[in-house]
Amino acid sequence: MPSFNFVLLTIIGCGIITWLSRISPFVILKKYRLSPTLIEFLSFVPIVIMAALWFENLFTQRMGHLPGIDYENLFASIPTIIGAILTKSLLAIVIIGIVSLAVIRMIM
Amino acid sequence: MDNRLDSRTAVKDTLPTVFGYIGIGIAFGIVAKASGMSPLLVFLMSVITYAGSAQFVAVSMLAAHSPILSIVFAIFLVNSRMILMSTTVARYFNKSSMLKNVIIGSLLTDETFALSMNKRNYTDNQLGFAWMNTANLIAYGTWIISSVVGAVLGNLITNPDKFGLDFALIAMFMGLLYLQVISDKSLSRLLQLIVIVLTCALVYLGLIFIPSNILILVVTLVGCTLGMVIKHAFF
Repeated sequence: MPSFNFVLLTIIGCGIITWLSRISPFVILKKYRLSPTLIEFLSFVPIVIMAALWFENLFTQRMGHLPGIDYENLFASIPTIIGAILTKSLLAIVIIGIVSLAVIRMIM
Repeated sequence: MDNRLDSRTAVKDTLPTVFGYIGIGIAFGIVAKASGMSPLLVFLMSVITYAGSAQFVAVSMLAAHSPILSIVFAIFLVNSRMILMSTTVARYFNKSSMLKNVIIGSLLTDETFALSMNKRNYTDNQLGFAWMNTANLIAYGTWIISSVVGAVLGNLITNPDKFGLDFALIAMFMGLLYLQVISDKSLSRLLQLIVIVLTCALVYLGLIFIPSNILILVVTLVGCTLGMVIKHAFF
């Protein structure tokens, strides 16, 4: 690990760039209005991002080849989906997911 | 979830999501400590950078002695999806003051973004500063505390994966996605399902040649575009 000062400088640099990514749309949209096309595009952002953040964890990357399948996460997803449909409660879904993966790791 | 937008309701709404941060936050603390970062630096990174999964990337690049600019650029790429999320949320705070907009934007994360997109389905498409800011602050505080706990206890917990906590975040996104699909009235359910299946295919194909750092961003841009095209062609 590099020196304390180097790490601190990196942390600050990363902080500034992340902060700018976060706030610039808020600042810009205070002044300008979005076009209807862009608003329609953005209406798909929630489901696509949430789905992508889930599916990303079901595969393992092997650059240049078809991805492998993460069976632990795939199997744990099944009771989690069933739990989602049955309970419709975020807390219950998260707990079912954690327990499912723990059980699967014990078995596999 | 109900239609109230006060701070107390925000605490109740955000509670289920903190498990995700605790798991990942502790894991981050452990990984950072193992890579040679002191608990103080872990604390500072979580407070100043506050970039969730991108912090793992920063630590691994620091450990590999990468130059500052390339680390900063990598973090920008990993977090560039924040721009899309902020753009989506910003519309709901158009009437709030600039200061409130900056405060909300500064602490917006994947999780509070997803939560707020769910919330607006119950509030007649409204979000409020008190609700959003409380959710953000809970997320921020939980992330900082759990990453420091991970760094301090790093030597004691050698195998955090054993408890299945790393699935908390994935389960949270699954839950929020499901709740989104069943409660969002602006897009038809069939269209949403088609877009989700397409997203799965895009992630699968994207993994072949797109670096994981920018995969989510690319998939989101392509997925939303395809969604629009399908909506206009068939719905």
